[in-house]
Amino acid sequence: MTSDRFLGLAVLIVALAFIASAFQIESSFLSDPVGPKTFPIGIGFVAALSAVYLIVKPDADPDWPPLSAFLALGLAAVVLIIYALLLKPLGFIIPTALAASILSYQISPRLMTAAMAGTGLSFGLFAIFKYALDLGLVAFPL
Amino acid sequence: MEILNNLALGFSVALSPTTLMLAVIGCFLGTIIGALPGLGPSNGVAILIPLTFSLGLDATSALVLMTAVYYGAMYGGRISSILLNIPGDEPALMTTLDGYPMAKKGRAGEALVLSGVASFVGAFLATIGLLLLAPLLARVAFLFGPAEYFALYLLAFCTLGGMASNNQAKAAIAACIGLGIAMIGVDNNSGLPRLTFGNLHLMDGVDFLVAIVGLFAIAEVFFFIESHGKNTSLGMKLEKVKIPWSDIVATRWTMLRASAVGFVAGILPGAGASLGSFLAYMSEKSLAGEKAGFGTGVARGVAAPEAGNNAAAGGALVPMLTLGVPGSGTTAVLLALLMTLNITPGPTLFSDRPEVVWGLIASLLIANVVLLLMNVPLVKIFVRVLQVPPWVLLPGVTMISFVGIYSLSGSYFDLLLMVAFGVLGYFLRKLDVPTVPVILGILLGGNMEDALRRAMVLADGNWTYLFSSPIAIGLWIAAVAGFVAPMFLRNVLRKPQRITD
Repeated sequence: MTSDRFLGLAVLIVALAFIASAFQIESSFLSDPVGPKTFPIGIGFVAALSAVYLIVKPDADPDWPPLSAFLALGLAAVVLIIYALLLKPLGFIIPTALAASILSYQISPRLMTAAMAGTGLSFGLFAIFKYALDLGLVAFPL
Repeated sequence: MEILNNLALGFSVALSPTTLMLAVIGCFLGTIIGALPGLGPSNGVAILIPLTFSLGLDATSALVLMTAVYYGAMYGGRISSILLNIPGDEPALMTTLDGYPMAKKGRAGEALVLSGVASFVGAFLATIGLLLLAPLLARVAFLFGPAEYFALYLLAFCTLGGMASNNQAKAAIAACIGLGIAMIGVDNNSGLPRLTFGNLHLMDGVDFLVAIVGLFAIAEVFFFIESHGKNTSLGMKLEKVKIPWSDIVATRWTMLRASAVGFVAGILPGAGASLGSFLAYMSEKSLAGEKAGFGTGVARGVAAPEAGNNAAAGGALVPMLTLGVPGSGTTAVLLALLMTLNITPGPTLFSDRPEVVWGLIASLLIANVVLLLMNVPLVKIFVRVLQVPPWVLLPGVTMISFVGIYSLSGSYFDLLLMVAFGVLGYFLRKLDVPTVPVILGILLGGNMEDALRRAMVLADGNWTYLFSSPIAIGLWIAAVAGFVAPMFLRNVLRKPQRITD
């Protein structure tokens, strides 16, 4: 019940913000009858309507994982964000080995196997991408 | 005659050594993608699209490769359904109902072969149906103006929301998220940026591949981290693979009926393969009655959903090719591929680029034969692949996704966006909000708005123009019915529970 109400509330806020920013869209002097505002405003309206329906009539709650699992998911997301930022400056091999090891450890918590899986994936994938698919990847920073 | 000529053209394109090789590679990759739990046809194809680009393939070759992967994934889904009781992809859910009990009886090999043959029959008949029906529908599609297209897009969202979701409001929210994201970027008509919040990275809009890979592949990693990859151990041992001739012959009518049901379900815009396998199984079950013992591992219960599933996969290509409106999540991804290849599906595709259409259809026929040959004798290899542990598989999929998206634009912004879509996808799926309408919204949002605006230009702002032709009115009625009817049919259409040990 509560989860769906939260979802509904979040969608409602986003939808209203979306409608508000859609009203700010500049139209050029050469506009067609509909213009660039109408369709986005309509989308926001439908979304807001559905959100209100969801707040009034929510479904049963899903099985949320315990807090520890949420922390693990947050960590995974942070790892992926850092990976995205480091992929270019540090080359492919090192960030990939680290990120893949951490993800592997999070799925099955055994330190050695995770480190080996991560390192193996990093080198294996690099070989495939570089030599089989001919992508312009950089292994290490120059 | 015309069809034979067209087919000859298609085979002349598809039978070149390179294309043949691509079809074989695609079938192999596709079967693996379909078989691995957590890597369905949609995200499998989505991850491969950027990599196809970096290979520098031309449009036809890329299309052949990806449709082979698409058909292959539909075949592969059954393997983990039968051996692990885990559907490799959503449409394979119905195959677990009789496939897994049959494997428990020690007939795993026979179940795999029988379902492989059923897949072949379904996919083959659907491809025949596609090549007969698509040109006819393409001719009808010439009558479609912007008003009709607008109603058709609406129909796709409505049926998708009505069928694929348990809650219409959530399906509508999902569609709005997608459509809203599609609005970001430079407006086609005025050339002015919209809803970019001054961010230069958003001027080009949000690439749908980023959204697809994020929502499907990255979200899947989060699910595996949540469950620590628990439910993936190999359940059934596969001893000897025998060809169950008697079962194949005995289920011939089942396969034909299931193919017909599946094909029709596939054509409905937005309904797709899951509905096809579901309807095929349920209709066969009610036709057979109580005594047939559906759910205990009978041959008909294995053959029906697989024939239906694969026939629907072929049927879903009909609206995608002729109208540019995909019938399922995976065809939405194939549409994304076409759009990135600068091919606009629709009736003009049949007259302007016949070599693409007929090459595609011919390669589907070839891929299907390759898949049958591959899946019966080589099924043991695919079973071996299932033993790849999730703690190698999922990090691997993530890294391939990153490299694929990175190779699209070389910008870290797309990667961050992909992670954001992954987080969004996790929460949406947790909350039972379907993600396929999001994808469809991002893909079709621009076209849908264009159709509306062109219709209004034609009618000089008169809104009744949207309902002015019989085709448009029919589509509007179908859209409303497709959205509303499932509310009343929900109790009838309830999906059977998975068998638990």
